[in-house]
Amino acid sequence: MKPAVFSYLRPTNLQQALNYLEEYGEDSKILSGGQSLIPTMNMRLSAPAYLIDISRIKELNYIRQDGDFLAVGALTKHKDIEHSDLVKEVCPLLAEAIKWVGHAQIRNRGTVGGSIAHGDPSAELPCVLTALRGEIVIANVDGSEEVLVPEEFFLTYMLTSLQPDQMVKEVRFPIISKQCRSAFVEVARRHGDFGLAMVAAVVDLNEDGSLSNVKIAVGGVNPTPTVLEEVEHYLVGKKLTDNVLEHVSTLTEESVDPETDLHGTAEYRRELAAKLTVRAIKIAVERAKEGEKHVQ
Amino acid sequence: MSNKVQVEITINGKIVQKEVEPRLLLTDFIRDECNHTGTHLGCEHGVCGACTILLDNEPVRGCLMFAVQADGSEIQTVESLKNADGTLNVLQQSFSDNHALQCGFCTPGFLMTLTHFLEDHQNPSEKEIREAISGNLCRCTGYANIIKAVQQAAKTLQNEEMNHSVISAQ
Repeated sequence: MKPAVFSYLRPTNLQQALNYLEEYGEDSKILSGGQSLIPTMNMRLSAPAYLIDISRIKELNYIRQDGDFLAVGALTKHKDIEHSDLVKEVCPLLAEAIKWVGHAQIRNRGTVGGSIAHGDPSAELPCVLTALRGEIVIANVDGSEEVLVPEEFFLTYMLTSLQPDQMVKEVRFPIISKQCRSAFVEVARRHGDFGLAMVAAVVDLNEDGSLSNVKIAVGGVNPTPTVLEEVEHYLVGKKLTDNVLEHVSTLTEESVDPETDLHGTAEYRRELAAKLTVRAIKIAVERAKEGEKHVQ
Repeated sequence: MSNKVQVEITINGKIVQKEVEPRLLLTDFIRDECNHTGTHLGCEHGVCGACTILLDNEPVRGCLMFAVQADGSEIQTVESLKNADGTLNVLQQSFSDNHALQCGFCTPGFLMTLTHFLEDHQNPSEKEIREAISGNLCRCTGYANIIKAVQQAAKTLQNEEMNHSVISAQ
């Protein structure tokens, strides 16, 4: 299990990286943390002729508040998200989800841009970004930028709309209102494994205890992370009763189309997605009632 | 191949300068180029944790990095752990005392993960220890003895620190 031969390029700024991408295009791959790319290269599932190591481009490593968004540079490592007070303050959903990304050893190397560009439907960050209706900022070689929403960016399993000469530059998580509460739940075979199913949920409560402003996305059970639109619409104005939750469960099962693999059957994953959706909503509502912003 | 790259990597305090193929994994650099064979390679795709090393004092998977990426970095491997007189350090001795290893293949990875963990966890709970070692697989011990070893090591280190502060206060 050793990777195939490649040439190594180490740009020191974004423009240089984009120039390399323009020159080598489909023969090249961007290397940032390498925590998804290198396993596929070790297994020879991927054998790019050129690796463009962008990990030393300092200008892409930041976490900052930018208006109504939490802007995260593509080269920000998972561990930096995990230890950021700003993330805990303005995006507790992301702070809760990040602990589910791999293991500490992986989070020490893996990057936010890498996780998004990899487009794995079982990954946590795409699920959170989809639930929050975030944005992906893409850099073009001519210096222009494009801003895409998750539905435009994630096309199917491991496939995004990113062109060979484009690069993810920034990921933007909308900052939700202070009264909103969120929850991220996941089931994996072992701690740190890819999730069989995961749900990110945001809710707000009206004064009478009914729900408003519901945002839910599910990951691991469709070719891309998916907003549960029908569940969101259904829940607005409702209080959580057993009947309501049962209907949420049914709607969720109808919205997902998982596949059977080594780790679980399609039926199991479908039921899991429904159970986790109910669980995430219950936890978020519980937190909203307590009025405490949840940060572990 | 003619596309070799010059790297300078500090490994266990010693600067190593070599020309390497870009595709050389950091673990293979450590084992084959530097002859530090304590770092083990298990799965070679980032699952088992046997190859865990400290890169600039943070635990990372050696098999999920190319040596060229570590250019300019400092690396510590299991060989760096022993005391100056060659005896086992506190964590290693605790592993030995508690039978926290049987075949020993996974042990270097556990030791490096836990070396970092014990730096910021002086009195860890069992839950914290279990979470800390969740990225390292052991097929022999069932983990129970590893947890005992970490608890003993944490206690010993705490006592050593207390004795040390008493001595410096005197």
